[in-house]
Amino acid sequence: MSNPQPALPTPASAYGARARVWDWRRALSPTGDLGDAVFRGALFLCALLLLLIVAAMIAAMASMSTLSMREFGWGFLTSSQWNPLANKFGAWPFIYGTVMSSIIALLISVPLSLGVAVFLVEQAPARVARPLTFLVELLAAIPSVVYGLWGIFVLAPFLRVHVMPPLQNWFGFLPLFQGSITGISLLTGGVILAIMITPIISAVVRDVLAAVPVSQREAALALGATRWETTRVVLANGGPGIAGAIILGLGRAVGETMAVTMLIGNRPEVSASLFAPSYTIASVLANEFREATGDLYVSALVQLGLILFFVTFVINGAARLLVWSVTRGTSGTARA
Amino acid sequence: MSLLYQVTLRVAVALLALSSLVAASACSPDGRNGGPAANNAGGAVRLQGAGASFPNPLYQKWLSEYKKTNTGASIDYQSTGSGAGIKQFTERTIDFGATDKPMNEEELKKAPGEVFHIPTVLGAVVLTYNLTGVNQSLRFSPDVIADIFLGKIKKWDDARIKADNPGVALPAADIAVVHRSDSSGTSAVFTDYLSKISPEWKEKVGTGGSPAWPVGQGGKGNEGVSGMIKQQPNTLGYVELAYAKQINLPVALIKNSSGNFAEPTLDNVTAAAADALAATPEDLRVSITNAPGANAYPIASYTYVLVYKDQSDAAKGKALVDFLWWGIHDGTQFAKDMQYAPLPADMIKRVEAKLNAVISGGKTLRS
Repeated sequence: MSNPQPALPTPASAYGARARVWDWRRALSPTGDLGDAVFRGALFLCALLLLLIVAAMIAAMASMSTLSMREFGWGFLTSSQWNPLANKFGAWPFIYGTVMSSIIALLISVPLSLGVAVFLVEQAPARVARPLTFLVELLAAIPSVVYGLWGIFVLAPFLRVHVMPPLQNWFGFLPLFQGSITGISLLTGGVILAIMITPIISAVVRDVLAAVPVSQREAALALGATRWETTRVVLANGGPGIAGAIILGLGRAVGETMAVTMLIGNRPEVSASLFAPSYTIASVLANEFREATGDLYVSALVQLGLILFFVTFVINGAARLLVWSVTRGTSGTARA
Repeated sequence: MSLLYQVTLRVAVALLALSSLVAASACSPDGRNGGPAANNAGGAVRLQGAGASFPNPLYQKWLSEYKKTNTGASIDYQSTGSGAGIKQFTERTIDFGATDKPMNEEELKKAPGEVFHIPTVLGAVVLTYNLTGVNQSLRFSPDVIADIFLGKIKKWDDARIKADNPGVALPAADIAVVHRSDSSGTSAVFTDYLSKISPEWKEKVGTGGSPAWPVGQGGKGNEGVSGMIKQQPNTLGYVELAYAKQINLPVALIKNSSGNFAEPTLDNVTAAAADALAATPEDLRVSITNAPGANAYPIASYTYVLVYKDQSDAAKGKALVDFLWWGIHDGTQFAKDMQYAPLPADMIKRVEAKLNAVISGGKTLRS
């Protein structure tokens, strides 16, 4: 852009307004370059738009749910009654179902995904690892209604016949495994979620582990560590990334609708047994929103949506805290 | 950290979709309607209807058949659910609504004009089950059905079930009740029946599309309920007659108010409507569950199209009335093929009178 010809008074005239105190190009870009400034401004707008959308959603849901908030107050969170005909609404069974099904999903999925990822990165020869990695990523892309159908026709009967009766035989003294076995239950919902989030978690963990520098492994091996001990070093290195992967999976589990709706039994009741039907927030929204009539009914459903929003916020916050506590004092660790 | 953003983004997208759903249910047909002038510009009248999902397959069939002989009208129907249908109809964002249960007094008061309920066909709700080794159709008395769904009868080999089904090898297993989890007209008809035959049900649960079920597990849609029943032994649930017939589910006979066990057939459903005619009010808003009559199948209902008596646009009004007239006459053959029960003959006469009474600018539209 520089022009050495003396005909021009100052190089600044190329930008026109450089002499002024406030220059929008300077404000947007340290170099004062037009392209830079526009680029930076566009990016800023994108980020702002996302914030605005979130804010608009919270505002809209909060205003739509004021009726229900005024009617039930904090009792909405703890009441177990959900009776649209009597205009009595309580969120507790849905919160419980959402949290419990996600916990079951994580309990099953996390060890499984870590195992898959470690195998793919640390153990499997390349000709096995490549097709397997592809398969894992393929699984992550299957639509949830397909999981739901498979769940109804294969998983639920399998659990009913081969898994739940032995569980009841061995651990029937625990309230968790009591009651009649139908195959459609909180446990089935949790298991299908586990199957759905395993590909996501293991795909991300695989990338995280692959990003751990080879020098770490070589150092461990050089110190005389076994394969198992080396793997532990690698896992410790990928800690924050793994935590992130789990949160990503949890995010899908909490918000998953279709497959869970088809398998969890859709019963707004808190039962100690994992074999009893349950209900999640996402499911009740999908089931009842369409035909909801009456202002209070709609308002209560919107408030459930708001609660789901905050449950997600809390989970995200907890995840950040976890990542922060793990990474404190360390640096240069692999992240996804 | 990018992961956490992705999670937030996912949730944001999901909630955005949800909120757009809210917006869509309120205003989606606006864009299609346009002004009357635009509609008539090409010579063809455009009509937009929305509502009940139960008659949707039939209405789509009717529309495609009707179009073959009547090129002057272009009619669309969207299956948005009865509740949304009534809402859009009341707000006049559509030309006609459709609902499985008649509008109540409160809803009628909100409507900007006099509303005609035009019955088009009849639907029925059947009990279906999965019992290995049972080949004959089961029979149920009303009080037994109520007590099963109230959770008071828990076992298949209960003495009261056995009494209705002598000689049937009923297992000593728990009855796994399956109901609809989504709010639906099917549930409304079923609970309407239970409220009529059981005072306890009426008091404890009541009538509605999404009641607080005392027992059982919920399946989403007819397909969800039938899927659960097919995959789990010892289940009992209810689905629409048309759906059960199409996929050949075992269906139960139900004792009607005359004391006969009625099979859920199209004829018996039409019979129930015919038997209830005497008690049908002038505005045709009627519940025909538990109808009198020897053959009446007791869990049935009309499905309605909602039409304003005074049409603001004569051309649109005439197209609508002509289409409905065609539906209750020529459309009957398609209804039967698709397992919807046709209206009884006397009801057709009353619907004709209603259609003849639809006016625009003070003049009747049928000529």
